Amino acid sequence: MAAALMVKAEAVYKNYGRLEVLRGIDLEVLPKEVMCIIGPSGSGKSTFLRCINHLEKIDAGRLSVDGELVGYRERGDRLYELPDREVCRKRSEIGMVFQHFNLFPHMTALENVVEAPVRVKKEARGSAEARARALLERVGLAEKVDAYPKQLSGGQQQRVAIARALAMQPKLMLFDEPTSALDPELVGEVLDVMRGLAKDGMTMIVVTHEMGFAREVGDSLVFMDSGVIVEQGAPREVLANPRHERTQSFLSKVL
Amino acid sequence: MTEIASGPPAPGSQAGRRPEAIKAIPVRHPWRWVSAVVVLAIAADALYTVVTAPHMRWEFVGRYLFGRLILEGAVLTLELTVTAMAIGIALGVVLAVMRLSPNPVMSWVSWFYIWFFRGTPVLVQIFFWYNLAIVLPHIGIGIPGAHIGFQASTNSVITPLMAAIFGLGFNEAAYMAEIVRAGIISVELGQAEAAQALGMTRLQVMQRIVLPQAMRVIIPPTGNETISMLKTTSLAFVATVPELFTRAGQISNANFAVVELLIVISVWYLAMTSILTVGQFYLERHFGRGSQRELPPTPFRRFQQMLFTFHAPLPQIDPAPPLNSGRH
Repeated sequence: MAAALMVKAEAVYKNYGRLEVLRGIDLEVLPKEVMCIIGPSGSGKSTFLRCINHLEKIDAGRLSVDGELVGYRERGDRLYELPDREVCRKRSEIGMVFQHFNLFPHMTALENVVEAPVRVKKEARGSAEARARALLERVGLAEKVDAYPKQLSGGQQQRVAIARALAMQPKLMLFDEPTSALDPELVGEVLDVMRGLAKDGMTMIVVTHEMGFAREVGDSLVFMDSGVIVEQGAPREVLANPRHERTQSFLSKVL
Repeated sequence: MTEIASGPPAPGSQAGRRPEAIKAIPVRHPWRWVSAVVVLAIAADALYTVVTAPHMRWEFVGRYLFGRLILEGAVLTLELTVTAMAIGIALGVVLAVMRLSPNPVMSWVSWFYIWFFRGTPVLVQIFFWYNLAIVLPHIGIGIPGAHIGFQASTNSVITPLMAAIFGLGFNEAAYMAEIVRAGIISVELGQAEAAQALGMTRLQVMQRIVLPQAMRVIIPPTGNETISMLKTTSLAFVATVPELFTRAGQISNANFAVVELLIVISVWYLAMTSILTVGQFYLERHFGRGSQRELPPTPFRRFQQMLFTFHAPLPQIDPAPPLNSGRH
């Protein structure tokens, strides 16, 4: 049943001008599943992630989240583009964490987390702040609520960014190389938070180079190369016995 | 010698002892003294020449500095500055957003506005508004062809003051548009993306995320524009607006103390631009939030610090221990 899937991609294509970035992605993510996507840079994994919350428009195929098409409404056999308001509402149900954190530098950690619930969900400031404090405590930053992003380490910033996404109570979390911009010694603290999220049953799609995380926490692993899914399966299986030659050569370089 | 309390010993001091701080004799700079004396001498001579000018009547400066006409002129200069800048900033933001709009017509109209108003002298523009009534006796808004709408005589709408405000404000908007646009562009793309990903609308992204960050880039040149505007308001004299410069002219027409009155209004211009400079500092400080780990000290704090550090002990020339004692 299609509606039981959190994310369903059928033959998704995306091109920038004449450059084809995604060339027919088929993929299904179950609720509470943690899917890790690996692959060389330029393979289209980040682009695919950005298509899921409509930061990028797809050019062909069907992509749906929680049973609803992303960016379009289907009536009869025609597609209608969604108005901005609808796109925003759908994005508000999907959390996204970026490689470079993208915290709002003119706001404190607390203000970063409070902003969207108050402005987008029109939640009362008092309750939003209480929840934001609880979230910051959950990611281990209870002491840093009043700090500006510049005053935080990379790992701390990324944990605030995760709290900021969680504040919207998303049904799906997208992670775009969340640890790639971090000093090696700070990677662990971010992965710990993500591990906790996975244990609490959050549906997560994680574009990553952290094979250890993929093996341990991931329910499924997808290997992408030049815009297609080359191989997918259980993480241990794919990492230990890659069947495809391209997967083998990629893993031999990164493991 | 001080012991390092904890941590590994510094390189080159296996014993774990820190070599003594360097105390060297500073290089002398005799030419700095010479050039300083020369410049001060020239400045003093210039000042002396002006102060002792044979026909200068300094008592006029004192008499008019706080004269009623001059004070009124100063107030009007400030009002003109504030109004023209308000128009310039508001219209400039609109033009900047239009310029960046995905709608090509919006972008072109904005481009044309900037091209036109930046490409003609502001003096010409003020004079244009002032004399518009000659060719266009009535202006109004309404539906063309139909006899509905509002009409009035041009002279009653565009008073001399309005001519100056239009000329200065519309011209300023062209410059402000470019300043605001540069500010918006300077904000990282990832910021807007992160805000969109949270579900914020285009307007919210602009208001809450992009513009506040653009402010850091927009404020310093806007401060310069305001200071520049304060002085440019003197061009309003062509529209007979009785601001500072016009008032100085009127008074000196009667008593021939031209230079004395120019000194009077210069004192006022300097006083007002100085106040604006202080205001600019605090605005920059406010919008610099989060861009630095610590806010820069206010001038008052810096003055306090200076008082305490001015007499800091200079490095003593002490020949006793050789520099590399404690090593090897």
